[in-house]
Amino acid sequence: MSTPRPANRVLGWLHDRAPGLWTWWNRHAAQYYAPKNFNFWYFFGSLALLVLVNQIVTGIWLTMNYKPSAAEAFASVEYIMRDVEWGWLIRYMHSTGASAFFVVVYLHMFRALIYGSYQKPRELVWILGMLIYLVLMAEAFMGYVLPWGQMSYWGAQVIISLFGAIPGIGDSLTEWIRGDYLVSDATLNRFFALHVVALPLVLLLLVYLHLMALHEVGSNNPEGIDIKKVKGPDGKPLDGVPFHPYYTIKDLVGVGFFLILFSFVIFFEPTFGGLFLEHDNFVEANPLVTPEHIKPVWYFTPYYAMLRAIPDKLFGVIVMFGAVLILFFLPWLDRSPVRSIRYRGPLTRVLLALFVIAFVSLGWLGMQPGSELQTLMARVFTFYYFAFFITMPLWTRIDRTRPVPERIPAHA
Amino acid sequence: MPCVLVTGGSRVFQNLAPEFRMATKRIDSGRRRFLTATTSVVGGAGVVLAAVPFIESWKPSARAQQAGAPVEVDLSLIEPGQMERVQWRGQPVWIVRRTERALAALAELEGRLRDPNSAQSDQPPYARNPHRSIRPEWLVVVGLCTHLGCSPLYYPEMRPEPFDSDWKGGFFCPCHNSRFDLAGRVFQGVPAPLNLRVPPYRFLDDRRIRIGEDQESST
Repeated sequence: MSTPRPANRVLGWLHDRAPGLWTWWNRHAAQYYAPKNFNFWYFFGSLALLVLVNQIVTGIWLTMNYKPSAAEAFASVEYIMRDVEWGWLIRYMHSTGASAFFVVVYLHMFRALIYGSYQKPRELVWILGMLIYLVLMAEAFMGYVLPWGQMSYWGAQVIISLFGAIPGIGDSLTEWIRGDYLVSDATLNRFFALHVVALPLVLLLLVYLHLMALHEVGSNNPEGIDIKKVKGPDGKPLDGVPFHPYYTIKDLVGVGFFLILFSFVIFFEPTFGGLFLEHDNFVEANPLVTPEHIKPVWYFTPYYAMLRAIPDKLFGVIVMFGAVLILFFLPWLDRSPVRSIRYRGPLTRVLLALFVIAFVSLGWLGMQPGSELQTLMARVFTFYYFAFFITMPLWTRIDRTRPVPERIPAHA
Repeated sequence: MPCVLVTGGSRVFQNLAPEFRMATKRIDSGRRRFLTATTSVVGGAGVVLAAVPFIESWKPSARAQQAGAPVEVDLSLIEPGQMERVQWRGQPVWIVRRTERALAALAELEGRLRDPNSAQSDQPPYARNPHRSIRPEWLVVVGLCTHLGCSPLYYPEMRPEPFDSDWKGGFFCPCHNSRFDLAGRVFQGVPAPLNLRVPPYRFLDDRRIRIGEDQESST
């Protein structure tokens, strides 16, 4: 695929030496044909990229004043907040960005769920996306440890101890992760290294692979119709439009809306009532006293509720990790002949709605102290969560579906 | 790269001029495969060995290991019912002076406990008894929940608590609601699997203990 040589002298010089740059741009933007019917749900991929850039830029600036040692970390974050020029803004952009990342990623995943975007041939896109989700969870967890507040400390203690449930090697494994007999300076220092260097590199690589894998097979759409089946005489899909400029412009609208909400949180509710930055984390880490009411940040609470609901250590940990791992198998659990919820029957809609209720409720339960009734509710919802996926091959097959048209209908 | 050459080799060579094709006859593909395999194995072993320092580097450093020295505690200032927290190896260790009433309540609880006789739990032999200590009055335990390592809270009063209407005093973990009695024994129906760990300790005299050192024989 050769591209025309630009008339501009500088660009022409570059083109002679690296024509691949033009090919790359065409392949992934100007000549990447995406379905014409993307809706609201398709904003969140590009928004996730935007938040990633926000995290990297603000993160670099934070490292300029942050001290990754148990003796100095807490004070250095307060120093950033009070004394560093604009430090409060950069730090709040980073902390709010972490929550925003999970907001857009959860909505992005939900989009895939309702439109069947993980189905053949997009299994690899889904798996890479799940890997991104896993790395993002590790990245968020380690980042939360860095301010070295009470929640940082005890959150780290709990999460690391999860690995202690593994029979046989558990204790030496947790000691190896901590680098000490308890969460300490050594732990903080290595989490800093992983949070700012190792995991971001992995994350960037996975995001690139996620996009490349998507562009190999093409984007799904709210109708779940394969636009590559009907092509015009020029070989371009009739129901597709070039990603650039059509969707780059559309995504800018999403970016505008997102930035309004994002700014509102940063400027008016940076702790978001204790959801984004927990109150106990404004108290310095104390290895002798656990806070009265400990809970993870909101994006982990559904899994935390599951862990807490199971009255057995090893089984609780298995259930918690299993809840994430089972998502990897989604492309093979769904046996429906159609992709989008628009062509699926009432059974799928009801079960999916219940799934959303179960997941959100687990998220709420994970923030609560955990009374007997709440523990019972958590058990019921945990059961439903797994039943939803395990019985998926069954109910996706027996549910009624409507025939999917060849072309994207005018109303869509 | 060698793999590509071996598998694609014959096809590539067929397109060559005759004088070069002569050379292909002398290619010993079995020898190639052997060399590729052995080189891969040796190289792979090298990679594994090179990874060892990086993995070992995460273990507790010499400085961290040294910080595990024994700690001495003066018991004379602790009142009946009171709990004292000290740090040993950076971990919280609790010393509780139990009252007669609290000791009497321990026996009543046995039916509600997961491991009342400390059969599975971690303690020195001299603390493997119903009160889990050398002397009944003094409880010494590591104050970290055996579930996921939070430090449980001390609820010494015998009165109904939100988490247990028939509470006889003990420890409640705010992280995942595990409960322990005043001997650090875990209740049934909570996520923690074992009783609280008893560290090695010994009485130097009636008023002082040293945590981190075993006593010679049980009293």
